[in-house]
Amino acid sequence: MKRSNVATQKFIQGNEAVVEGALYAGLGFYAGYPITPSTEIAEQLAEKLPARGGKFIQMEDEIASMCAIIGAALTGQKTMTATSGPGFSLMQEALGYAVMAEVPCVVVNVQRTGPSTGIATTVAQADVMQARWGTHGDHAIIALTASNLQDLFRITVEAFNMAETYRTPVILLIDEVVGHMREKLTIPAPGEYQVVDRLLTSVPSGIDYHPYLPREDGRLPMSDFGGVHRYNVTGLIHDMWGFPSTDPAVAYNLIHHLVDKIENMELEIARYQEFFTEDAEILLISYGSSARSALQVVEDRRKQGVKMGLLELNTLWPFPAEAVRRNSAGKNYILVVEMNMGQIYQEVKKAVQNPERVYLANRFDGIFISHNDIGKVLNLIQGKGV
Amino acid sequence: MPVKRYLRQRFFPQLWCAGCGHGQIMASLIRAIEELGLQKNNVVVVSGIGCSSRMPGYLDFHTLHTLHGRALAFATGVKMGRPELNVIVPMGDGDASAIGGNHLIHAARRNINITAIVMNNNIYGMTGGQSSPTTPVAAKSTTAPLGNIDPAFDLVELAKGAGASFVARSTTYHSKEMQNMFVKAINHKGFSFVEVLTQCPTYYGRKNEGVSPTEMMKKFATTTTSIGSPKKKENPELIERGVFVDQERTEYASSYCEMINQMRKQK
Repeated sequence: MKRSNVATQKFIQGNEAVVEGALYAGLGFYAGYPITPSTEIAEQLAEKLPARGGKFIQMEDEIASMCAIIGAALTGQKTMTATSGPGFSLMQEALGYAVMAEVPCVVVNVQRTGPSTGIATTVAQADVMQARWGTHGDHAIIALTASNLQDLFRITVEAFNMAETYRTPVILLIDEVVGHMREKLTIPAPGEYQVVDRLLTSVPSGIDYHPYLPREDGRLPMSDFGGVHRYNVTGLIHDMWGFPSTDPAVAYNLIHHLVDKIENMELEIARYQEFFTEDAEILLISYGSSARSALQVVEDRRKQGVKMGLLELNTLWPFPAEAVRRNSAGKNYILVVEMNMGQIYQEVKKAVQNPERVYLANRFDGIFISHNDIGKVLNLIQGKGV
Repeated sequence: MPVKRYLRQRFFPQLWCAGCGHGQIMASLIRAIEELGLQKNNVVVVSGIGCSSRMPGYLDFHTLHTLHGRALAFATGVKMGRPELNVIVPMGDGDASAIGGNHLIHAARRNINITAIVMNNNIYGMTGGQSSPTTPVAAKSTTAPLGNIDPAFDLVELAKGAGASFVARSTTYHSKEMQNMFVKAINHKGFSFVEVLTQCPTYYGRKNEGVSPTEMMKKFATTTTSIGSPKKKENPELIERGVFVDQERTEYASSYCEMINQMRKQK
């Protein structure tokens, strides 16, 4: 398949935009297992990856899929898997392994209604906290999202870039509405978007290479399996050689490193968009498909002369607390719009100076939250009744 | 033959108990790799969790110590990522056939060119002597204090049934035979499976045999016999050793590469 040198336009669904973004970023290996509503990602890549010399494998379950992308990543490939709630639950142990062993990879979760099997075909945004804390132990994680296909394409490329930059799994936390929604996507020409390649060690053959000794900037240059440096990778607490250790100092330093390399980079990792926020007296905060309804509310109320703005989050973890705090300052009230029982709402309350001014407009019944749903909550807050 | 050349001596002493058979298996594996003349940089050893799974850390290859039961799933990714590498997966009996049973049968079904070595000591050693899927009926463990009532897997039959194209069994008593099987298994183009019966004197032996590690190991001489030996007819209880399956069958990673080439020609 020839790659176009100019921008191309497509009318496709969100799951396909993830595929296009992943291919643009240089995806070389995908492992997955069918699950609604993410399956189109696997189906598309089964065809498109080998055509570009990449590899696709349908594994026996989601556990194996997550493990396989870690194995392939260590050979130098950019790797990805995609799933939804139940499958994402199965991936948690290996996701933690990727955190511990610092293996770059991308995990897509197209959120559906939960818990458990829930409703396989309807939307939710209730895996926000699972993305943050689904795997056990102290750790940090990057989770990104988007509300439209153009942003989704861009954020998918960024997911791969961040995975390489910070040597971490990155979760692309989209939802069923965005995954299945069809709209126009303009795929930029190669080179238009930055693509971060793997940082490889410059240590030559024959010189001791310390795979887990961070440089001064916290980054760890890698050496691919099959290369000149032979080292150990483990999910146990390990020293600079990658060899297991139970030394408290080693454990302390490693856990600190794993958390700090991401939490300290909140400002670098934060991706968000401000709509009409400058003079806003009321601020909506939303993300994913909910942000589309939130934006419509803002645009409608602006026409009526209400000074309302929207902060759309594209980074969910590490939580962009600075952006939320700054945009919330001085607002009469803040309304968080999401499709769960208040997972980001709680984070916003933690981040702002006046948590009593933070309200929640939400749905968690499998129905997409509409501008009317948000409007009703706004009326309630303003004492206008439902 | 200098086995030490293949060891990361920086990380010694190793953690296995005195009398454990895992070191013997590691030595036979090293000798097989030496015999095959494989370059260290072309060997990846992937393991799960358990006593057996600590082996890669001591070996001077590319080594990946993963999650309990998942070694073959990680190894599948490694093999697909770089098919030219030799991928060897040492596992324990619980690791391979309980928590990892699903990955075992699917790696065998795909016939991906990976060598799986199951170090079967009939017990979970790392956690202190619990029953595994290969603990014999009536044997005692910390989770079967009155004797095990769970029927045991025959791992060779399991691998054969799942479609492994190379299946063999040996014991720690038969170290040269084990080495030869490793050589054949690594050379085999497809999924190769070698079960090695090994002794766990600390947990299995103490509760069930009450003999020294050497005596436990020597018992493999009398409790096993070569495939096709007349002894088996006299005593059907004997466990057979040898190569049970050695077939040529389409290998997964290479057939995928072939598909890529075909797709590229069509475009």
